[in-house]
Amino acid sequence: MDGLEKEGLFVFRNLDDTRALLDRAAPGKRAVVIGGGLLGLEAARGLQVQGCDVTVVHLMDTLMERQLDLTGGSYLKAKMECLGVKVLLERSTTAILGNGKAEGVAFKDGSSIAADFVVIAAGIRPNVELGRKAGLEVNRGIIVNDYMETSNPDVFAVGECVEHNGTCYGLVAPLFEQGKVLAATITGNRGPLYRGTIQAAKLKIMGVDVFSAGNFSEKAPGTDAVRYEDPALGTYKKLTVRDGKLAGVILVGDTSESHRYMDWLRSQTDLTAMRRQLLFPGPADDAGLDVAAMADSKVVCGCNGVTKGAIIHAVHEKGISTLAQLRDSTRASTGCGSCTEVCQQLLKAVAPEFQEEAKKSLCKCIPFPEDKLREILRSQRLRSVQEVLEIYGNGVGCEICKPALSYMLDMLWCGDHDEDRSARFINDRVHANIQKDGTFSVVPRIRGGVTSAKELRRIADVAEKYNVPMVKITGSQRIDLLGVKKADLPQIWADLGMPSGQAYTKGVRMVKTCVGTDFCRFGVQDSTKAGVELERRLENLYTPHKLKMGAVGCPRNCAEATVKDIGLVGQEGSWQVVVGGAAGKKVRKADLLITVESTEEALQAATLFFQYYRENANYLERTYDFVERKGIENVRRDTVYAPLAIQQGLRERLRKSKRISRDAWLEGDAPRHPTQFVQIESLEKVQG
Amino acid sequence: MNNKQWIRVTAMQNIPLREGRSVNVAGREIAIFNLGDRVLAIDGRCPHKGGPLAEGIVTGSTVVCPLHAWKISLETGSISKPNENPACVATYRTRIESGIVLIEVPEASQEMEERSLSCGEQNRACLGDSPSPVL
Repeated sequence: MDGLEKEGLFVFRNLDDTRALLDRAAPGKRAVVIGGGLLGLEAARGLQVQGCDVTVVHLMDTLMERQLDLTGGSYLKAKMECLGVKVLLERSTTAILGNGKAEGVAFKDGSSIAADFVVIAAGIRPNVELGRKAGLEVNRGIIVNDYMETSNPDVFAVGECVEHNGTCYGLVAPLFEQGKVLAATITGNRGPLYRGTIQAAKLKIMGVDVFSAGNFSEKAPGTDAVRYEDPALGTYKKLTVRDGKLAGVILVGDTSESHRYMDWLRSQTDLTAMRRQLLFPGPADDAGLDVAAMADSKVVCGCNGVTKGAIIHAVHEKGISTLAQLRDSTRASTGCGSCTEVCQQLLKAVAPEFQEEAKKSLCKCIPFPEDKLREILRSQRLRSVQEVLEIYGNGVGCEICKPALSYMLDMLWCGDHDEDRSARFINDRVHANIQKDGTFSVVPRIRGGVTSAKELRRIADVAEKYNVPMVKITGSQRIDLLGVKKADLPQIWADLGMPSGQAYTKGVRMVKTCVGTDFCRFGVQDSTKAGVELERRLENLYTPHKLKMGAVGCPRNCAEATVKDIGLVGQEGSWQVVVGGAAGKKVRKADLLITVESTEEALQAATLFFQYYRENANYLERTYDFVERKGIENVRRDTVYAPLAIQQGLRERLRKSKRISRDAWLEGDAPRHPTQFVQIESLEKVQG
Repeated sequence: MNNKQWIRVTAMQNIPLREGRSVNVAGREIAIFNLGDRVLAIDGRCPHKGGPLAEGIVTGSTVVCPLHAWKISLETGSISKPNENPACVATYRTRIESGIVLIEVPEASQEMEERSLSCGEQNRACLGDSPSPVL
């Protein structure tokens, strides 16, 4: 290949390469990735997620030809193209074009394509230089025997640089197996022996499930191929069976059974009796059976070398009941994630109170559970709803995912993102609550329900001036002006001179208070002041669902704080902070989060829970469902009893959001769009 | 019977991308939507409970009524949710001329006649008038 000295040419091998690539990648840049194997495809997708226009160039007639047959390759190609990565097959690259810097790639057939930079992800060769200098026997890799000894018995080698029995391995799993053998050898044992590894590969691109293991060629005598494919679903499965045993497997689009097939491959299970159920094993009688049959010494997490025995030990010793705890404790399932399913099954089988985390996707448009989506948005630094939908969804979205994604972006980036109003419900476009006749309602903020004669007079004036059809005291100690025309909103807000009460949105509604100690004979805590302060600290922020709070000055609970999302319940000398209460669709008494002495501590605990809810609840999940799902014990552990650094993290992120948040009604003076509140009149009138 | 006229309605830039705006044209409340590569126009009110369709969330070439989430095709006026719904919304042909949106509406004298058409017939009529792309 010519032109390899040019600037703008990258390889993709180590962390520095990746950093250099990330520096170069930018929206709109044209990237050409040479090599359509695992590495090339993963690099291509990584660049495309950064906004690059990516083309993968591959020498062979199918992508990942070492792992896939022609059909499997075509399914994979369709998936990559569906994500927006272009694929050129059977192109032999002859030169990197450009004057000093890479500007394109030329092919043997005379054609060429333009590029802003080029990534070479092909032709990985074992790094054998050291072995050669040391005088070891070297073929393609450094030759080793079954004890991992090189030609010099005092020198050992493992990993990608070695050649064992004619094979060089380019993946991590063989290294782990070699490492175990080497450990035995250098501690003076002769055995176990390394007998080679069944090659298995999984493509690590979210949403493109590809798994391949063993030998998928159908040509060997006595080999049958068992196939299933569904182009509409993008699913392709093929097993090669030789002498009644599994020889190889290809899975595209659905890799959920990869562990079962890997087991069959490794154990060389006789499949004769299972011939009818090879591709559709159906629901197992007992999900625990597979994992029960697994030996304790079997490695479940290959990345971190965690055995089944270690997992069971941790479950019993440390009372683990969730996957998250298992990850913290053993590091199992924290690497590539491919053993997550097995870890879940193990937990189900041995942890008495294992709760499977609900994994419901948000909607059909974007098939990821919400926690995964938040992780994607954060890690991929996605900052607009449309961008997320185009990269990870169907490009269109719906009335469920668009507002949900809008919320997530706001929560994660605190205003440092593209707030696309078209993705939001009408209420959030005009900051008022749409009514059945298309008019709107206006609820100004009256913190803690405390108002003044002056404010009430202004509200009354506005009601008269704009002929507001109904003025109503709400159940939240506020005043609602109902039946307002959209075009009147900005002027009404200006005349009111009060901030938005956010009564139209999934956000901080209010803090209902009782009269506390100022006038009440029974009050033991100043709930009015505490409530006003709590409202002031959290107002103008958005939440996964509406959030209503209450503060009461004694256990008589006159402002019903124990059925609010967050409640402060005053007692002699202390406050109870309660969360997850409800008096709506559902009635639920709030759980006690913590009891503290000072008002400031109570406010701190409440705001800690607030931010925790913002970051971890699913969209449209009220605190009462959230707290029930998480369990109050876990909520306490993750908030008020969390390590200081975690608490500080929550506080810092809340502070950041709060700093950027502003009263939405200020938009009345400076609309986002010239016709945001305007009723458009036709330019041309028609004679009637 | 088929006398129609093109009416200059408003500047294209008055309708934000993937949003709708309501406008009164010849006594009708019409909702106009900016889909980026084209502008589509339908009757402004949902056949369900009269929700203002211009205020709905646009998903692809469909608008979701803000009141009860009926989904209405901006191309055909048909309703995809709830399923198998015979109701429909009239659509209007549109075009863009030097940045101005034009909508084709029946002449005033036609109006009474057309309004009296049953929904099915009206739907067929609007299906025939497929929206034109932005020029």
